[in-house]
Amino acid sequence: MYVFTIPAVVLFVMFVIIPFVRGIFLSATNWNGYSQHYKITGIKNYSRLFTDPNVRRALLNTLIYGCGSTLLQNVAGLVFALYLNKKFIGRTLGRTIIYLPVMIAPLIMGYVMYFFFTLGGAMNDIRSLFNQVPLDWLADGKRGVIIMTLINSWQFAGISMVIYLAGLQGIPSMYYEAAEIDGVYGWKLFTNVTFPLLAPALTSSVVINLIGGLKLFDIIMALTSGGPGYDSHSLSTLVNRTYFGSENGGYASAIGLFAFVLIGIISYFATTALNRYQEAMS
Amino acid sequence: MSMVRRERVWWRYPVLALVAVVYLAPIYVLAGISFKPISDLSSYWHFPGEPTWQNFISAIVTGHIFTALKNTVIITVCSVILIVSIGAITAYPLARMKTRFTKGMTAFALIIMMVPPLSILVPLYATLVGYGGINRYWGIIVTLLTFELPLSIFLYANFIRAIPQALDEAAHIDGAGPVRTFVQIIFPQLHSVTASVIILSGIHCWNDYQFSLYILQKTIMKPITVAISGFFSQETSNLNAAAAAALLVILPVIILFLILQRYFIKGMVDSAIK
Repeated sequence: MYVFTIPAVVLFVMFVIIPFVRGIFLSATNWNGYSQHYKITGIKNYSRLFTDPNVRRALLNTLIYGCGSTLLQNVAGLVFALYLNKKFIGRTLGRTIIYLPVMIAPLIMGYVMYFFFTLGGAMNDIRSLFNQVPLDWLADGKRGVIIMTLINSWQFAGISMVIYLAGLQGIPSMYYEAAEIDGVYGWKLFTNVTFPLLAPALTSSVVINLIGGLKLFDIIMALTSGGPGYDSHSLSTLVNRTYFGSENGGYASAIGLFAFVLIGIISYFATTALNRYQEAMS
Repeated sequence: MSMVRRERVWWRYPVLALVAVVYLAPIYVLAGISFKPISDLSSYWHFPGEPTWQNFISAIVTGHIFTALKNTVIITVCSVILIVSIGAITAYPLARMKTRFTKGMTAFALIIMMVPPLSILVPLYATLVGYGGINRYWGIIVTLLTFELPLSIFLYANFIRAIPQALDEAAHIDGAGPVRTFVQIIFPQLHSVTASVIILSGIHCWNDYQFSLYILQKTIMKPITVAISGFFSQETSNLNAAAAAALLVILPVIILFLILQRYFIKGMVDSAIK
């Protein structure tokens, strides 16, 4: 039966392992991305990486994109799920509307959002209703990072919502019956009964959002391309810029491997911590 | 006091209206811009009084949106067929045997799922140049296949584990080899998970930008995402046509979602809670 795994093994070797090993090699060179000629420069790319302010900025932004989106998406997803869990006319419509943006390519959603945040865009039309001067929303890197974190969270809150809805439906009604007998209602019911029982859903939702947020690429490319300057780059877009823009394939490989190690560590610790939390709750 | 508390529902409707505005406004604004004549400089919130098709014509004629749609359809269909078939056959031994090899393979698939593509994109690009896969359908197809395969393997392995092994043994006693057992006994029971795999990986392939940006650079090979990004960066003078192009490519996805909504959401939940 091992024969069945041959196609997958071949693909993983050819398109993951070989490129990965090659990436380690390239990260120790000054390869420009297309030339046959390059020199081995050892750890020079890595020592540059640790002192490069653009890398530091992109790293910080990646953490904001990743952790900020995870927090916002989970809070919003949980609120939506609680709101749309009870039966009422319009419930299905609500779920459909919130889940709809999940289907749309993040790149295209980024361009749609351009019409909102550009100087003559829809957001400034709202501002002018209140006699406010138009704002160039994305001209400031920090504000751009926050806006793009919000857009990403808004677009994908539906994923968290359906995960929490599935979690809520999996809670046996006897817990609620017992709570009712004890006279536990409202906020207390939520913190003491519902939320702890949602631990598995929380784990899945946080992991999915975190992985998605840490590799944010498309929305940034559509809205700011990492600008102004290098202020809103994530590590993903910085690799792209370094490779195609600055034609520095060796350095781009080094940043890529650095991101691999970093995101691997974050995902590992997040998963371990969440599993421990989940065990404590069951 | 009655034990059953009466649920007040009226407040749910203003909330629903607010949610609808926040979630549908972008689509509304996009549609408005798409149907607006270029000369109309009114607010983006105003839907044009006399809608025009001119922007869609520009998008199709000068933006080559249909060529891009054709490319995306070819890439998505081929990738999804391979993701389903290779995912299912790989998952079968991984679900049925517990050896060091199958455990290692499962762990490796998990790592690929977590790793962001950016970490190996540059060397992957260099490797594909070596294989001659740049600006070729097969180059992007094998890349998408490789990175979507782990999700497919996981979903299938979880579902195959739920099928009693006694079935395999019965088939074996009747003289069926592993291939026949898989094709005739196991695979026919995997309808619902196959639907999930098709939907999830289909959406990912249809919406892919990061891989395509590297691999498909020639104009005639560009998929919709890369074509649209070209539209926005080059023809900044005609944003209305760019909006029309964007609307054209998201419409099929929205329609499909509205028809098959139940399966879309089930697929998402299957992949998340395991």
